[in-house]
Amino acid sequence: MDLDDLYQEIILEHYKEPKNQGTVADANVHVEGRNPFCGDEIKLTMLVQEGIVQDIKFTGSGCAISQSSASVMTEHIKGKRVEEVKKLFEEFGHLVRGEEHMHEQIDDMDELSAFQGVSAFPTRVKCAMLAWNAMKEGIEKELERYAE
Amino acid sequence: MAIAESIDDKLDVADVRKHFPIFSHPGNEGLVYLDSAATTQRPTKVLDAIRHFNEEYNSNIHRSAYKLAEKATAGYECARLLIAQFTGAAHSHEIIFTRGATEAINFVMRGWGEKFLKPGDEILLSEMEHHSNLVPWQVAAQKSGAKLKFIPFDDNGELELGKLDDLLTARTRLVAITHASNVLGTRVDVKRIIDAAHAAKAVVLVDGAQHVPHSPLNVQDLDADFYVFSGHKMLGPMGIGILYGKEALLDAMDPVLYGGSMIDDVRQYESTWAELPWKFEAGTQNIPAVIGLGAAIELLEEWGLRRIEEHDKMLTSYVLRQLEQIDFVTVYGPREHRNPVISFAIQGIHAHDIATFFDSRNIAIRSGHHCAKLIMKKLNISATARASFYLYNTTEHVDLFVDAIHKARGYFARWI
Repeated sequence: MDLDDLYQEIILEHYKEPKNQGTVADANVHVEGRNPFCGDEIKLTMLVQEGIVQDIKFTGSGCAISQSSASVMTEHIKGKRVEEVKKLFEEFGHLVRGEEHMHEQIDDMDELSAFQGVSAFPTRVKCAMLAWNAMKEGIEKELERYAE
Repeated sequence: MAIAESIDDKLDVADVRKHFPIFSHPGNEGLVYLDSAATTQRPTKVLDAIRHFNEEYNSNIHRSAYKLAEKATAGYECARLLIAQFTGAAHSHEIIFTRGATEAINFVMRGWGEKFLKPGDEILLSEMEHHSNLVPWQVAAQKSGAKLKFIPFDDNGELELGKLDDLLTARTRLVAITHASNVLGTRVDVKRIIDAAHAAKAVVLVDGAQHVPHSPLNVQDLDADFYVFSGHKMLGPMGIGILYGKEALLDAMDPVLYGGSMIDDVRQYESTWAELPWKFEAGTQNIPAVIGLGAAIELLEEWGLRRIEEHDKMLTSYVLRQLEQIDFVTVYGPREHRNPVISFAIQGIHAHDIATFFDSRNIAIRSGHHCAKLIMKKLNISATARASFYLYNTTEHVDLFVDAIHKARGYFARWI
């Protein structure tokens, strides 16, 4: 269990200079993620149109893992189709929990794979998943609304 | 056997540590355990008491006429007597076993609050309550139409007791207050609060979960109406806690759990309740945990709470002295008159990252809001790192802790 596996350069760079911070002005998805055990919070705003995540931004406060994960996530899902995003969610979950998975969406060169180290720190999995869980909840809500 | 306690002789920490098998368990060598405010480690004497019950006289209490059951009943009721003595209660039937301090507060909320709180009544809490002494009263207020009020704390982390006279009114029915903060370490002058509350004819519940492990207690000297604490924060087992209540108040309360062993007589359509303390002890109790808690109290008395208090004080001033020298560290809570619970921040590093870094150096600390979100809100932070010390911690642990702070700053320096 090496600390450097968790705090990889890429992760800490995103922590220091997060991408896509702020609020999407014409967002149609607003969602909050909260980790009740530690108080970490994240607010996501997204513009989802024609089945595509057109824009996504976040604000929040929390640890290096939760905040950098949010930053990397926003970069990766912007412009992607909702179905792809859902697959990515599944695979990222497997990755941070250290479960076997098909490397369909995330290859080793991908920034997302930097979070593989989280799997050796079970207490931090919830930090890595905070933004992702919020994002999924937001997208599902939007899809439900659309279906109605 | 209890030895006469004098504060001249110090706690023999090296000897104390030998009583805790977890510290010599393979893999735990070098463990620096600084999370006793969350739960303390368990000494062999407590583990043995539980094991002896399970191996030698496991049986249910108050029910059967055979030797095992007699022994179990005696063990259970002996522990109650011990706890009554330990807390300074006037009667052992004022000691009610619960699952923990949280459940004890919920008992008062359900059995007393739901019966006596009326619309317009006021419940006075403090801003430094643990959620366990906040959330039940929020719900009680919502159900009854009572109103919550709060004693604020100042920049030093001390309750502003000068405001008590204004906060206590003719409508104040209950004051529920912590004896020591689990975040700020503040030791609260509950005696002053109780006296003021009684002058206003209010009932007082004291949450002693963070006080009882560290200092002597006498509920009669305090004149507390209700006093609660948890076994697992004072060397005892998990799943056992104490509700102390004055006899008259407990008598006036409704039972909270209904069923077996809490009854006096059962007829087809109605029943009557057993006398104290059994009125509140429905169903089969956690008997081994009660017996284990009794063993923990014997040990605390043998080591001596005055001596433990002195040891805590020594460690606290030793750690605070060092932290004050570090310009990138913020310590929350008072400088003096406080428990060995140190909430802190390292500039630029989130509490969780601090905790993970410390864990990589085998130092167990807590991070988060510590179930005290009102404190976090007031301090305008979302989390703190927290190191809490106890009788098995040494000055060497403090040195390792302080060294880890410097190392953490170094590790994350590039990204701060």
